Amino acid sequence: MQLVKMNVNGLDVSSEIEINTLLVDFLRDNMNLTGTHVGCDTSQCGACVVHMDGQSVKSCSILAVQAEQKKITTIEGLADGDELHPVQKAFKNNHALQCGFCTPGMVMSAVDLLEKKSNPSDEDIREWLEGNICRCTGYQNIIKAIKEVV
Amino acid sequence: MYNFNYHKPKTIEQAVELMNSCEDPKIISGGHTLIPTLKQRLAQPSDIVDISNINGISDISLESIDSRINIGSLSSHYKVSNSDIVIQNIPSLAYLASQIGDPQVRYRGTIGGSVANADPSADYPAALVSLNSTVVTNNGKYKAEDFFVDMFETSLSDDEIITNILFDIPIKSAYVKFRNPASGYAMVGVFVAKYHSSVIVSVTGAGPKVFRMSEAEELLTKSFDAKSLNELRIESNGLNSDIHASSEYRAHLIKTSLQDAVRIALK
Repeated sequence: MQLVKMNVNGLDVSSEIEINTLLVDFLRDNMNLTGTHVGCDTSQCGACVVHMDGQSVKSCSILAVQAEQKKITTIEGLADGDELHPVQKAFKNNHALQCGFCTPGMVMSAVDLLEKKSNPSDEDIREWLEGNICRCTGYQNIIKAIKEVV
Repeated sequence: MYNFNYHKPKTIEQAVELMNSCEDPKIISGGHTLIPTLKQRLAQPSDIVDISNINGISDISLESIDSRINIGSLSSHYKVSNSDIVIQNIPSLAYLASQIGDPQVRYRGTIGGSVANADPSADYPAALVSLNSTVVTNNGKYKAEDFFVDMFETSLSDDEIITNILFDIPIKSAYVKFRNPASGYAMVGVFVAKYHSSVIVSVTGAGPKVFRMSEAEELLTKSFDAKSLNELRIESNGLNSDIHASSEYRAHLIKTSLQDAVRIALK
């Protein structure tokens, strides 16, 4: 067991965990932040994407101890009280989700894209979402939603 | 995942000490090869040595003495693909890094980790061989061609850690990868580099390890254009045959990728 400390959605947190605890399980089980999902568990689908020190990362492939002292933002940390994040609003308005399982990861990846590229083209958006898989929507409305925020 | 001890050394010396004193240690930098491996219980290290905190081995610079590019082993694929120094001097290398995995993987994956792992389908080995790279460790230096020994096997000893990789700057170069549509790995990846009086052609993804193509190199040294390769015949014997592609298909892909690479290098 080890004590791990990090900042999650603006709050300093710490917990005693087994060293082989994945970041996604730490967030879901220890922090009760279940918006981050475990999809493929093989680093491909992106349902587990969160931000770590300003970079979108796959939390299913990171140990919680690797996130020691780092700043984590999950999907729960995007909205400002009742005010949804622009990307969340755009997803809602453009029917960019159906079952919603991939959605937190899609939104977190999109938020990172918009922080890194000021005017992404369709091509840029599609390339950036290479690590996020959706089985429901066919991606069209996801791209549309992200373009709306650009 | 089986359990293990976890260490975060602050220096290379501390890391080497741990590699020597622990029972069955594994180094982790980005972890996007090791963690998936552990999750599938394909490895059971006693200790994990996290070197991602060590200073001084994640910078990218242009060496003034011999005009080589020096890339610190902890440089992420994201960093390499966005580095002004790499983009200006070896744009094909920046492109190669930008095609690894996906954006989230590129933030975490490091060149040192990729090279030390020596996946036969990884992209970097082709670049290292074509760019006459030197792999520098805490213990010595290796020429790229001597470094990659076999599938997932390098010349590194158990307590050796890559610190930097040095690259020659070619006059022209290009990397073309036929990407597996699911995994993104190279079914075939060809890196061609033209120098003053020679050309190096390296192929990854097609065999148990990266290899050069001397016949193609001779043809391209005589005349560096895609036409020179029209009559080139590539042996499928010895190439990988698996669920993704037969060895014959890989042989075909090598030729088309190489011709594409030459066209791109000439642009």
